[in-house]
Amino acid sequence: MAALASTESLQLMLQVTGLSMHFPVYKGLMRRQIGEIKAVDDISFHIMRGETLGLVGESGCGKSTAGRALLKLYQPTSGRVELDGTDVTALEGEDLRRIRTDMQMIFQDPQACLNPRMTVGSIIAEPLDEHTRLSRRQKRQKARELLDAVGMNPDYENRYPHEFSGGQRQRIGIARALALEPKFIVCDEPIAALDVSIQAQVVNLLEDLQQQHQLTYLFISHDLSMVRHIADRIAVMYLGKLVELASREQLYQSPQHPYTKALLSAVPEPDPEKEAIRERIILQGDVPSPANPPSGCNFSTRCPIAQEQCMRETPAWRELEGGRYIACHMVQ
Amino acid sequence: MTVREPAGRQSSQQVVLEVNDLKTTFNTRDGQVHAVNNVSFSLSTGELLGVVGESGSGKSVTMMSLLKLLPSPPAEVVADSILYEGRDVLSMGDEELRELRGGGIGFIFQDPMTSLNPVFTVGYQLTEAIRQHLPISKKEARARAAELLAKVGIAQPVERLRDFPHQFSGGMRQRVMIAMSLACEPKVLIADEPTTALDVTIQAQILELVRDLRRDQGMGIIWITHDLGVVAGIADRVIVMYGGQIVEHAPVKELFNNPQHPYTKALLATMPSIDASRSERLYSIEGQPPSLSGAPTRCSFAPRCEYAFDRCLEENPPIVSMDNNHQAACWLRHPQYTAQGSQHPPEEISLRETF
Ligand SMILES: Nc1ncnc2c1ncn2[C@@H]1O[C@H](COP(=O)(O)OP(=O)(O)O)[C@@H](O)[C@H]1O
Ligand SMILES: Nc1ncnc2c1ncn2[C@@H]1O[C@H](COP(=O)(O)OP(=O)(O)O)[C@@H](O)[C@H]1O
Ligand code: SF4
Ligand SMILES: [Mg+2]
Ligand SMILES: [Mg+2]
Repeated sequence: MAALASTESLQLMLQVTGLSMHFPVYKGLMRRQIGEIKAVDDISFHIMRGETLGLVGESGCGKSTAGRALLKLYQPTSGRVELDGTDVTALEGEDLRRIRTDMQMIFQDPQACLNPRMTVGSIIAEPLDEHTRLSRRQKRQKARELLDAVGMNPDYENRYPHEFSGGQRQRIGIARALALEPKFIVCDEPIAALDVSIQAQVVNLLEDLQQQHQLTYLFISHDLSMVRHIADRIAVMYLGKLVELASREQLYQSPQHPYTKALLSAVPEPDPEKEAIRERIILQGDVPSPANPPSGCNFSTRCPIAQEQCMRETPAWRELEGGRYIACHMVQ
Repeated sequence: MTVREPAGRQSSQQVVLEVNDLKTTFNTRDGQVHAVNNVSFSLSTGELLGVVGESGSGKSVTMMSLLKLLPSPPAEVVADSILYEGRDVLSMGDEELRELRGGGIGFIFQDPMTSLNPVFTVGYQLTEAIRQHLPISKKEARARAAELLAKVGIAQPVERLRDFPHQFSGGMRQRVMIAMSLACEPKVLIADEPTTALDVTIQAQILELVRDLRRDQGMGIIWITHDLGVVAGIADRVIVMYGGQIVEHAPVKELFNNPQHPYTKALLATMPSIDASRSERLYSIEGQPPSLSGAPTRCSFAPRCEYAFDRCLEENPPIVSMDNNHQAACWLRHPQYTAQGSQHPPEEISLRETF
């Protein structure tokens, strides 16, 4: 958990304004563009230094795409991203390369980003090759320190990824993300592939590292219980758009958006007594395709309280009292 | 060892499935894997038995073993008995087994695409499944197929029979799979992590459906999951597996209110809650799940257990019955340590005991 104590930590770390990422859809031999997938559609939010913003929503709603567009792993269709006062959107070449060291990503499947033929030590030190002028010895020393920092034996540096369990591989992925001493890390479902008993280990590690290095996190997850634990504020996404953003207490105690309410009511609780009396909001049907979103509010096709206006007009993203945000016609 | 009567059931319910001392070993090039050890349980009609455990704890292998679905070699399945309606599955011939798998016991897997054939329409696959078990015409079977789709909550069932599996969303495919397994009106339904790959709102739809089906059909259901929350919502009784063994077995409320095995207790503590008070730091179970390369010679949870004492490292604790239809495999729960005048675990262990 981020302790927003010192004045320094109250500074803005990330400011995102109107960010969109639309993927073109092509068809036929001529590769004619016949449409676009609005994976991320006009989202705005900010994250303070040392804070963790949770980003939740169901699969395919655009969480990973948003994370990647923020880090400029994609060139966004439109919008603006400022990291610690620098407009990242406009950067290219050497400037972009330099700012990349400030922002890193931790992935769901550590397996996929750990080269099986490289030793753990060289995997962790690889970002140092590209971005620093450290000597071989210094790099090795740094890799050992990083292994230690993520709770692994530094002597594992000569082993290969397959020799480790899922949780340990995630630790290696985290060590690698930390190598360049970033300010901001996008954690994209970092515990989704891990067993329950290992998830807590990794979450505790991420929290410890955040405190030690004053890290700012965007924590992407579909696990609403875990997000409640780790995030200071939470943004809820549905079909490419943010529908609600609020502090942890606000969101879990008094969700406003009908989608947030349904999502929270669907989370099974490990308590048979509560489960027996729980009022569930069961949403009908499936999420529409982002290539063909409905007119008006994206949630209107499944929303239990939708009115005629909802089918017609896209609700604006607006600030409510108490620093929370919402996009819904029906919430005052 | 014999299974004792587990949860309080009504007298109208009958035991349909009974497994006694199941052991499954895989003989691989890298050596033996003791995937399932000494597993015993039973299932009655109309009852939902939840099976929870982390990946690799032996949940799937247990169910595959009792249906004789594992090729041998590499698998070697032994048991005192596996009884379906009193008949021994282990001594069944191929014909009888086919009948059992398609008729008596339905199976739903985590990924419906592995069990639906992508090149045939859903209607064709459903009618074939129905006709294998009921001597009815194609037309009648098709009508029944549409009924089944409607029953699992698929809109426009007659039209959707013409669709191929890929034309259904993940949640809808899982419904198709449920319809498929209901086709032959099985007495037992085994669902292996059927909602693990689904989003929570879709999972909520499926769980709602299962509650309805149970009420209407009176099947015995085994629901495998790694999500204790899911089990809390739908199960009557719960088995907790760890390292290929049943470590705890109890009626659902008893299990959650009064966990007896340190692993269950730790698992419950490690999960953050959606509305209870939030702890600054998550409770975490240190260490890794056990390797299954040998038959258990000690408690498989001992290296990670806060309460472990010398006996735990010397001998695998047998599962013992306690009050309230509760069973656990833990030395702390064994009569040798709990009975009046018995030996006691070391003092510092008793002090650490909080439950
Ligand atoms: N590179 C891509 N090209 C085209 N479509 C994409 C691409 N990446 C993601 N998408 C689509 O964008 C939508 C959002 O995907 P994603 O960001 O991965 O969602 P999430 O991470 O929330 O599950 C999905 O419909 C997905 O199919
Ligand atoms: N065909 C096989 N050969 C060797 N080992 C296997 C095989 N199938 C499963 N296992 C092992 O058996 C153990 C139990 O697996 P499984 O029942 O699938 O676990 P769960 O379903 O609880 O995740 C695991 O350690 C797994 O690696
Ligand atoms: S037998 Fe021992 S090690 Fe195993 S769970 Fe019980 S106390 Fe812990
Ligand atoms: Mg994603
Ligand atoms: Mg399994």
